[in-house]
Amino acid sequence: MAKMTLEELRSLRERVQGDIQKRDIEGKDSRIIIGMGTCGIAAGAKDTLDAFLAALDEHKLTNISVTQTGCMGLCYVEPTIEVIVPGMPNVIYGKVDKKTAKKIVEEHLMAGRLVTDHIFDRPAADIIKKDGGK
Amino acid sequence: MHISLSDYLMDIVQNSFEAGASHVALTIEEGEPMMVCTVTDDGKGMDDDTMKRALDPFYSEEGKHRGRRFGLGLPFLHQAVDACNGEFSLRSQVGEGTTVRFSFDMENIDSPPIGDLAFALCTLLAHPKAEEFVVTRSIEGGSSYTLDRKELLDVLGEFESSGSLSLLRQYVTSQEAGLHAE
Repeated sequence: MAKMTLEELRSLRERVQGDIQKRDIEGKDSRIIIGMGTCGIAAGAKDTLDAFLAALDEHKLTNISVTQTGCMGLCYVEPTIEVIVPGMPNVIYGKVDKKTAKKIVEEHLMAGRLVTDHIFDRPAADIIKKDGGK
Repeated sequence: MHISLSDYLMDIVQNSFEAGASHVALTIEEGEPMMVCTVTDDGKGMDDDTMKRALDPFYSEEGKHRGRRFGLGLPFLHQAVDACNGEFSLRSQVGEGTTVRFSFDMENIDSPPIGDLAFALCTLLAHPKAEEFVVTRSIEGGSSYTLDRKELLDVLGEFESSGSLSLLRQYVTSQEAGLHAE
């Protein structure tokens, strides 16, 4: 692979942005937050983040916010991530390996269904509230 | 312990971002057999006593993790470097900043593999607390590349959306691949 120049990156960016504007922005306010503390890194959070980007890329979801944070306090089930999708409870998922990351994109973000076997915090309190915790 | 050298790098550079640094420089010099990494920041720095305690796994900065007394980043690195005849140095001054320099003997059986360095650099560039951040990566007797966060931010606009991050990943991966191709 030849080294990409900044100019090539700029034109690639412009092309991708054109594609976004053509479509009505999908998943605009959806966010994925990945725990990247020492515990997360040791458990493979970098691979998890990579898998999220690959899955979002595969499904042409270019406008999901993907950010990093420190340790969320659930070191025993790292890598942990939080998913925020409007109209759904905020969920912290644990033990998110590459396969689970793909599943979360396809189920939670795209189909609006929780990936129940990886939920470790938050949703219970949110679900109990009639307004979905909003 | 982390799996790869890239993971150690991510962990250590994050410390600089979290120490309120506005400028962080990372150099990665790959030689044979030593891989030398230097992280320099202009963050809040540490006094001598804190510097010693930073290598203690049962010490963490006050307030960083409420109610917890662990700080494994530097101790992990120190231990890993120690295991493979590498070198480790920590220099810091309150109000001035900190420099961490470490090397791994890549021929030593106990050295971690490099791992996905390109993606580790992407995650650092996209770190929410990063400001000015410049990476210089070189191979001894070979080529090199520089990543300047400000320049990339100017091109991509932001490092938060999945689209931008994918482009950033493509870009950095091509730089890293180009390094080996030349």
